[in-house]
Amino acid sequence: MGEPGVKEVLSLEDLEAAGSVKSGRKHILSILVENKPGVLTRVTSLFARRGFNIDTLSVGPTDDDHISRITITLDGANHPIDQVTKQLHKLVNVLKIRDLEPTGAVSRELAMFKVAADGAQRAEVMQLCEIFRAKVIDVTKRSIVVEVTGTVDKIEAFERNVRPFGLIEMMRTGEIAIARGRGET
Amino acid sequence: MRAVDAVLECLKAEGVDVVFGYPGGANIPTYDALYDSGIRHILVRHEAGGGHAAEGYAKATGKVGVAFGTSGPGATNLVTPIMDAMMDSVPVVFITGQVRTDLLGTDGFQEADVIGITMPAVKHSIMIQHPNEIPRALHEAFHIARTGRPGPVVLDIPTDLSKADIDYVPITDVRLPGYQPTTEGNVKQIRQAAKALAAARRPVIYAGGGVILGNASEELVAFCRADRFPVTTTLNGLGGFPAPDPQWLGMLGMHGTRTANYAMDEADLICCIGARFDDRITGKLSEFAPRAKFIHIDVDPAEISKNVPAHIPIVGDCKGILAKLKAEYDELGADPARLSDWWQRIEGWQGKHPLAYEDSHDEEIKPQRLIEAVYEATGGDAIITTDVGQHQMWAAQYYHYKFPRQWISSGGLGTMGFGLPAAMGAAIGCPEKTVVCITGDGSIQMNAQEFATCAQEGIPVKVIISNNGYLGMVRQWQELFWDKRYSSVDMGEFPDFVKLADAYGCTGVRLTNKGTLVDDLKAAIATPGPVVVDVRVTREENTYPMIVPGEAARDMVG
Ligand SMILES: Cc1ncc(C[n+]2csc(CCOP(=O)(O)OP(=O)(O)O)c2C)c(N)n1
Ligand SMILES: [Mg+2]
Repeated sequence: MGEPGVKEVLSLEDLEAAGSVKSGRKHILSILVENKPGVLTRVTSLFARRGFNIDTLSVGPTDDDHISRITITLDGANHPIDQVTKQLHKLVNVLKIRDLEPTGAVSRELAMFKVAADGAQRAEVMQLCEIFRAKVIDVTKRSIVVEVTGTVDKIEAFERNVRPFGLIEMMRTGEIAIARGRGET
Repeated sequence: MRAVDAVLECLKAEGVDVVFGYPGGANIPTYDALYDSGIRHILVRHEAGGGHAAEGYAKATGKVGVAFGTSGPGATNLVTPIMDAMMDSVPVVFITGQVRTDLLGTDGFQEADVIGITMPAVKHSIMIQHPNEIPRALHEAFHIARTGRPGPVVLDIPTDLSKADIDYVPITDVRLPGYQPTTEGNVKQIRQAAKALAAARRPVIYAGGGVILGNASEELVAFCRADRFPVTTTLNGLGGFPAPDPQWLGMLGMHGTRTANYAMDEADLICCIGARFDDRITGKLSEFAPRAKFIHIDVDPAEISKNVPAHIPIVGDCKGILAKLKAEYDELGADPARLSDWWQRIEGWQGKHPLAYEDSHDEEIKPQRLIEAVYEATGGDAIITTDVGQHQMWAAQYYHYKFPRQWISSGGLGTMGFGLPAAMGAAIGCPEKTVVCITGDGSIQMNAQEFATCAQEGIPVKVIISNNGYLGMVRQWQELFWDKRYSSVDMGEFPDFVKLADAYGCTGVRLTNKGTLVDDLKAAIATPGPVVVDVRVTREENTYPMIVPGEAARDMVG
């Protein structure tokens, strides 16, 4: 009782509801899970069951053999993110969840583009690659395969620019992200 | 020792004295170990019966229930009880046999991906990969099932691994880095809640099954008595606050009392304890309790602000939280007189809208009257299990529950067929109690095979069938919302339940005399062994009052 700064009697009108709000921005969830069979299914099945929509998903090992990292991006305009993370936390194999702020993390995605590039077009495509610092990783007579690494914006910009040349195929890994600064993600 | 012998050792270490199950090829090793283990096994007649019996046992005793099933169809028959246990947070460990590891993924005989099939229906599940993992996995399963928000855990053991030899070392520590339920409520939040309660003019305490699961009934009562707080509970919370009582408003929700629902509607502060704002409680969500601020106490943080945003969330075990909340509240010295207007309003509703029905003017037995008669015949002391339908709602309305774990029903999933096996589990868990299953003519047929189990094992459950010859609840909806087009709800007069009981080796009686109903019920209940009582009730009676699905609670009908 009588804590400084705390009113004795509180007015109900002043109480504000917490949680369940949609942030309206993109979220990157970095999830550490136990490296056991079926864990990815548990995570994705939870998203499906609760009606949460995954935009991108990528899974890979970490520096610890027993632990994998799942990176999921989703749209905070459609989902109450705190519900998503709280439900994820209930999975016994989920060890840690970070909801990364886009400003507090650096994120990258890898994409590969197969582009029609014969004759005269080829030079133009190569020029475009240079601008985007994309790497040509396979060349045939009528096509080239290009690797682009970068932010989602960069990859999407490259896609827009390369499309007119004849985009045969595109593959994207989904984003991974790491917290800025010294602290662990 | 064989891994299966270790399984039995672990069960003993967990204090398990009874298992409900059914054997088959893939779990014969487990049954071999069970043979001279000293643990009682109840051979049910269908795995679902075993699963629900384990639930009934867990709900009645607070201990973890255990159910066994074989691979494939044995395991898929357990899916309904697993989901049921999930929805009502019942601690049950399900142990299924699985095909040999070399057959996994080959569509081997009686192979089913049990872990996959049950994934969205479990609190956790473990597929055994190596026999040495078995003891630890078992204790983890119990730990997870029992702690935090309880729930079902499935353990799937391939048959070759269960036969393997292992070095069994008793496990005394369970470490799960990804599982650390919060138990202690935040002190500041509790203090804030106490202050809000002291400031409230129209508070309502809305308690749910969490109070029962958390063994917090005593604390709930003490807290509610700290002032004259009006109390309502959900279906699963019945018995958490003793009824009848001057502070008791009755159950809330779809078939709750008008008083409870109106009080929620006009409340300025609702203190939710171990409940989850399910649609059967709120009615039309956007019009639910429009004037209220919410304190939400729950052990599962994901429940908070899931359906209704909380103003004061408190995560943790409600037992400790309620004790602290009462202490904080007592310190504030709130003036009870501030609630007199509120009580006046509440008493107005109570006077105007008591739970009532019109009794028949002839020999016909009204189903509501049947429940009242059961209440009288048992002195209000029996453990009541129910099935699902109108009889369930009448059993919730017209029997008064005065102690926790007295009311055992399938709330979240609404599983017909739950009542009889759940009663078996309760009777085995609480042999000193009278256990009555109130069921319907439809529901009882979903697990009637368990009459044989009761007869063989001498499980003295008293099954009372509110027999309206209809899938009554569905008929009611068709009457009210589908122009009385009674599509596939008439069950006729089949079977003859007295003969059926007889065939199964139970005592069967049919009661038709309204005047002697209570005495006849007393006599039936006093009959040793399992008894089936068939009572023909009014065919087309409706369960009222009712929140029309999708409508606001204040617009209840009937
Ligand atoms: C397994 C299952 N199937 C279907 C339903 C849908 N349902 C809910 S109540 C009900 C009627 C139950 O009839 P009965 O047991 O005779 O009870 P009554 O309503 O007549 O009292 C049905 C079919 C259900 N709850 N569970
Ligand atoms: Mg019926």
